[in-house]
Amino acid sequence: MSENATTDHPQSIPALLARNAARWGGYPAYREKEFGIWQSWTWAETAAEVRAIALGFMSLGIERGDHVAIIGRNRPALYWSMVAAEMCGAVPVPLYQDAVAEEMAYVLDHCGARFVVCGDQEQVDKVLEVQDRLPGIHHIAYLDKRGMRKYDHSAMNALADISAEGLAGHHRFEEELNRRTAELTYDHTCVMLYTSGTTGKPKGVVLSNRNIIETSKNSAEFDRLNHNDDILAYLPMAWVGDFIFSVGQAFWTGFTVNCPENAATMMTDLREIGPSYFFAPPRVFEGQLTNVMIRMEDAGRIKKRMFDRYMALARKVGPAILDGKPVSGMDRLRYWLGNVLVYGPLKNTLGYSRIRVGYTAGEAIGPEIFDFYRSLGINLKQLYGQTEASVFITQQPDGEVRSDTVGVPSPGVEVKIAESGEVFYRSPGTFVEYYKNAESTASTKDAEGWVATGDAGFFEEGTGHLRIIDRAKDVGKMADGSLFAPKYVENKLKFFPNILEAVVFGADRSMCTAFINIDLTAVGNWAERNNIAYASYQELAGHPKVYEMIQSHVEEVNRSVAADPMLSGCQIHRFLILHKELDADDGELTRTRKVRRNIIAEKFADLIDALYVGKDEIYTETEVTYEDGRKGKIKATLEIRDAAVVAPEQRMAAE
Amino acid sequence: MNVANPEGYTTPDGRRIGGVLMEMKNITLRFGGVNAITNISFDIRDGEIRAIIGPNGAGKSSMLNVISGFYVPQEGEVWFKGYKRGPMKPYQVARLGIARTFQNIALFDGMSVLDNIMTGRLTMMKSGLLGQAIWWGGAQREETENREKVEKIIDFLEIQNIRKTPVGRLPYGLKKRVELARALAAEPKLLLLDEPMAGMNVEEKEDMSRFILDVNDEFGTTIALIEHDMGVVMDLSDRVVVMDYGKKIGDGTPDEVRNNQDVIDAYLGVSHD
Repeated sequence: MSENATTDHPQSIPALLARNAARWGGYPAYREKEFGIWQSWTWAETAAEVRAIALGFMSLGIERGDHVAIIGRNRPALYWSMVAAEMCGAVPVPLYQDAVAEEMAYVLDHCGARFVVCGDQEQVDKVLEVQDRLPGIHHIAYLDKRGMRKYDHSAMNALADISAEGLAGHHRFEEELNRRTAELTYDHTCVMLYTSGTTGKPKGVVLSNRNIIETSKNSAEFDRLNHNDDILAYLPMAWVGDFIFSVGQAFWTGFTVNCPENAATMMTDLREIGPSYFFAPPRVFEGQLTNVMIRMEDAGRIKKRMFDRYMALARKVGPAILDGKPVSGMDRLRYWLGNVLVYGPLKNTLGYSRIRVGYTAGEAIGPEIFDFYRSLGINLKQLYGQTEASVFITQQPDGEVRSDTVGVPSPGVEVKIAESGEVFYRSPGTFVEYYKNAESTASTKDAEGWVATGDAGFFEEGTGHLRIIDRAKDVGKMADGSLFAPKYVENKLKFFPNILEAVVFGADRSMCTAFINIDLTAVGNWAERNNIAYASYQELAGHPKVYEMIQSHVEEVNRSVAADPMLSGCQIHRFLILHKELDADDGELTRTRKVRRNIIAEKFADLIDALYVGKDEIYTETEVTYEDGRKGKIKATLEIRDAAVVAPEQRMAAE
Repeated sequence: MNVANPEGYTTPDGRRIGGVLMEMKNITLRFGGVNAITNISFDIRDGEIRAIIGPNGAGKSSMLNVISGFYVPQEGEVWFKGYKRGPMKPYQVARLGIARTFQNIALFDGMSVLDNIMTGRLTMMKSGLLGQAIWWGGAQREETENREKVEKIIDFLEIQNIRKTPVGRLPYGLKKRVELARALAAEPKLLLLDEPMAGMNVEEKEDMSRFILDVNDEFGTTIALIEHDMGVVMDLSDRVVVMDYGKKIGDGTPDEVRNNQDVIDAYLGVSHD
């Protein structure tokens, strides 16, 4: 490990900030679109802003080790607040801004937050709602003053006013602030992030300066990131990836972090910035591809033919050109022409004109989607990571990119596969501990520093690339003893644009069954083109034609699953289309949109029963939570269909 | 709270309301032989949210048109900022600091949201046609300044994502919001809202109510509104004028109006036995 890592570079995020202000003082550090214009702050200005906020915190009496909760969308001032908190010796804790008040209460209580920095009135209201249970909260700060005038300001202030107060009193606070900043070491806590947790309560992952800086340094060198790069910060601030990209790597390399105007303008802002380094979960790439395809369906005949023709060429030679493999001169010329006519304008529309390095992770990405972007010449790669690893465990080097692997171990990371098939890693980014949870820390990280990922996988022979099959605890056996890997099948289903989400059941059962969630955008558009009228999601989901379409998808997946002798038992015998979208507000997905299998199995137990007892339809009532926290019920009668399966010949022969 | 105090009063939620901004004295408005408004007097205080309610055909919209100067009453006087107001052209009214929204949305469908809101600032632009066409010097500076004001309103009403969208493509609730934005762009002293919630669903009504309160709170704009939704009116407004058949039958705080027998009769009907 890197105990002997050199000490010739700054040992904390505030120290990096001071270095950047000196080295790249005039270069842009943060941008935010506001009032229709990109506002920009240089590294020198950023350092001044952060110092002002830190002085403000000092004026409020912040202590070493205090926790400062940060809640809001990606905004420069919130990133600065995190760094300012560390300067004061406190620990920043970013929270998911779309969490409901109850979820926030748990985290605020668990970390014992003394200060809360909120983006706007909405977040302040949520904190106030649960504040009577959280006597530890000393002061609330907010960025956006709108609607806040009538609030009781005895323990609340605008962040701008707090920094102004700090600046006014800088003679009183400066000495103590400088002392605290100077005593920060590589082993001080840099940030604490709560894992969304597919099971149980969220856990607070403590990451030190060493974790963040070493990981940022290694990963930045891996992709040769530098201070001229641009990223778009639009993913939740509470997610470890955003902290690594928008703070860790940004402070290490000095590149520019661009914050969108708001969530709804993200696509426009992406196009305007044209980031050179970009991360997005697969669903973003899927969504964009679906949009492109829908718009091409409506395009004129000439445009459509040109698009189809050149996309076919791109699919053939694009990835090879990107990987630097030999391609004939004629194809190169045609690809160049295609770039002028189709790929270039398309990339510009998507905001990907300048991308040098793009990553996706979190879920499996469909091979067609992955190849589509790569064939356009976008260097999209995959990585595999975790909060506990400060993101990076494995990633794909340039030129060795495939959709079905997650790459080779990142620099400085050791990976091993246990007997059970579970993946373990050890790295300088390995988390310090789970906050106030020694038991979980011990069960996750052993004495030698190896961490269990909870995922089952294997190294591919020949290439040395890691392949992930499924969550280790989800991989099970069916009643007849054959292997059951639900995620493997679900991913195959989700590769169809019409299927948004799928949940496969079958552990200890005689056969596999599935819940399907349709994608309203894709299926809605299909319905429009085929003159199918519908009034609601529920009605569209239950339409016989939709059922037919989904059935054909399921049967295609069955054929593909049957081709793999080890997993042929996972073919789907029966399925139904759910009457509601699985939603994090109802607890069915995590905030990062991962399926919570147990909760779904519990909540829809009646539907699962119906799948296995052989009913053709089932009446059900489901409780739903609306965005404002109110609850309601939806009722539906769902149809259940049988899907054709391929006879498991190989297995019969083997027995 | 003494709402009759000429110096102003303080609302239950702690806002300070000033003196009289606009006063209607004995207004009578006739269309031919029909009396649309008969001898009505009331005032609007500085910083207040003032509602005008009443059943269909009570003369509410006529009243709003008198306030805006579109109709000139046959009898009575309109006083604004301490001066008696004569007949005026619409642009003169706008320059006085009065802006309005319409019951049936009156926006330019083919123009973008941004351009629509910019039209709200037309009365404040001084450069001529030639200067605008060449877009040089003063004209350029002027447009930049006005754009900045408009962008603040876009930010305030949270419509950044539709800035460049043609208004014709927007759903109804958003069009209403754009109309409010255009009215605000004129930086009015007095904002007239003609049924701002008509045809909206509950969520849109909540949003609109929040924006109306925020406008009043943030910019100190005095607001006079006509609305059918009684719940909304009673929650939003500081004082309410109730009209029926062109006559004023009630005037006071929402609670006073709610307990006024004439108002109850007008809304629920009277039995004739």
